[in-house]
Amino acid sequence: MVDTTAPHPTSGIAGLRPDELETPPLSLGQLTWRRFRQHKMAIFGSITLLLIILYAFGGMLVFSEAESNAVETGARLQAPTRQHPFGTDTIGRDILARTIYGGQISILIGLTAMLVELIIGVTVGAVAGYFGGKLDSLLMRFTEAVLVIPQIFLLLVMAKYFAQSIPNVRFLGRTFSGSVLVIIFVIGLTTWPYLARIVRAQFLSVKENDYILAARAVGTPTWEIIVRHILPNSIAPIIVSATLSVAAAITLEAYISFLGLGVRPPTATWGNMLEGAYNYVESAWWLWFFPGLLIALTVLSINFLGDGLRDAIDPHSRAV
Amino acid sequence: MTRYILRRLLQAIPLLFVISLVLFILMQNMGDPLATMGGRKVTRSEDRIRLARQLGLDKPVIVQYLYWLVGNDWTKTDLDGDGVAETAGVRKGVLRGDWGVSLVNRKPVTQVIGERLPNTLLLMLTAEAIIILFALLIGIYSALHQYSSMDNALTAVTFFFYSMPVFFFALLAMYIFAVNFRKWGLPYLPTVGMFEPAAGKTSAQVIWHMVLPVATLSFGFIAGYSRYIRSTMLEAMGQDYIRTARAKGLPQPEVVYVHALKNASLPIVTIIALDLPFLLGGAIVTERIFGWPGMGRLFLDHVSRSDTPVVMGILMMIAFAVIIFQILADVTYAWLDPRIRYT
Repeated sequence: MVDTTAPHPTSGIAGLRPDELETPPLSLGQLTWRRFRQHKMAIFGSITLLLIILYAFGGMLVFSEAESNAVETGARLQAPTRQHPFGTDTIGRDILARTIYGGQISILIGLTAMLVELIIGVTVGAVAGYFGGKLDSLLMRFTEAVLVIPQIFLLLVMAKYFAQSIPNVRFLGRTFSGSVLVIIFVIGLTTWPYLARIVRAQFLSVKENDYILAARAVGTPTWEIIVRHILPNSIAPIIVSATLSVAAAITLEAYISFLGLGVRPPTATWGNMLEGAYNYVESAWWLWFFPGLLIALTVLSINFLGDGLRDAIDPHSRAV
Repeated sequence: MTRYILRRLLQAIPLLFVISLVLFILMQNMGDPLATMGGRKVTRSEDRIRLARQLGLDKPVIVQYLYWLVGNDWTKTDLDGDGVAETAGVRKGVLRGDWGVSLVNRKPVTQVIGERLPNTLLLMLTAEAIIILFALLIGIYSALHQYSSMDNALTAVTFFFYSMPVFFFALLAMYIFAVNFRKWGLPYLPTVGMFEPAAGKTSAQVIWHMVLPVATLSFGFIAGYSRYIRSTMLEAMGQDYIRTARAKGLPQPEVVYVHALKNASLPIVTIIALDLPFLLGGAIVTERIFGWPGMGRLFLDHVSRSDTPVVMGILMMIAFAVIIFQILADVTYAWLDPRIRYT
């Protein structure tokens, strides 16, 4: 029997029955998800991170912010009990409630400091990499200058510099200590050089491609070449580095708050809950254990996530 | 090669100059160094004006920077406040090796730093030796037994330690090895200082007090470096010259430690050289927690009292060390790998 019907217009290859068709090629998103899924640590990291976010933001439904700042001098330094599952701190505030609200601020600082870093780092790296020449060497000398001072020293000097009595900020109906903004900007201002170098290296290699030459030949404006053509093609290492820098920002906030130059009370962060805690290593372990554990878990899971993302979206690069 | 080193050194001069200027300006607005000078007494305003004049703090920032850099012995300053410059300056400036005098305790900056530097170096160099030793052991073992259960366990553990903040490790270590060990009647480690005041500063005391700070300083670096050594070793073990060495019938240790490790260690040497000065930065938190009288604590104490000369001294010393180690890293790399030529 001769088949007289015309090949089905939608089937990919004429003359093949549907079951003989190859499986459709995977989209970029599916491929990425496949590689990410294989990274068990990254899945573990993502789940832990989700749980921590749920803890910090879902906890708002259980405790009000007033509770987290409520001073109860009669109940100072109490060990964990049913009433205060994580114990109380040196002036009787409930540590469980403070880790919830402190977590929100710490995560917020991590994300926004990453954004500041991203804006400065990508701009500097893109301009230096694309235009090259004098501008490039000037910007790179400047980047080197920032890198020569170890970050923590620079961070402390800048935190001290900007921390001259900044008024409290009201945002979304809540009051934040103005020092939160200072810390965000100071962390952003000291971490961008690493990102700028990555972006510059990406731009240097991507701009040599023929499609950039073609775009230039048809008269595409420079900013459009940078934003629409080069940036999307160098996005993978930027995403990975941005993910990891959220973890770095959370740690840095904890360091400077730990050293007493970070976020001022009453706003709690995981970092400033640790301030002075080393005086209580012996007598009150719950004071530093819970915020410290939350920071360590968050940083660990973000690092796992970043590692998985690197394997998934940037498979050519080699994890160290 | 000599020309390359010379050029790098010459390039470092404007870099250091810009860094010092920016830091100096940052330092000026960090707070009032006179506020803490009178101890608990509030300084009277006429005293304050006189002090500011004597210390040169009433001058514009640029002039203060100039005095810091080149000294003020070529000019006269007005010390008694009558508007006539009559006293010749005595400062020689950083360029002539005079780092000024601490605003806090009136000691020369070089002396203040010199008292603390050996303590930090002791901590740092011990930590560095331990870091390299353990990172090599773990990294080589992991590379030789890739994907074995021990390698997977080591991977998980190193990743865990790599992500752990320094203070959390320090506090946990203190809690376990100092507090609980004492509770359980085991020999426990001390937590604060360099030695027991009663026992005096003997080397046994100092070593005993160094255990926890050195462990705290090293764990993160061991985790990071061992991952790195594992990957460079894996790469080296896959090379043709390793197969050749095996084919010649060389014993396994010689193949691993002479042929593979020698080549795998190239990038590691660079990374260690670049990170070494940054150990000073890692020491801030560690020295703070363990009360170690080193540079990190010196920096914290003097930043909080806006003591510009000492803070500038510490920062410029570290900046200089970073630049020198960067050049050293490049030179070592070229020396170890003759394929690389600098012109």
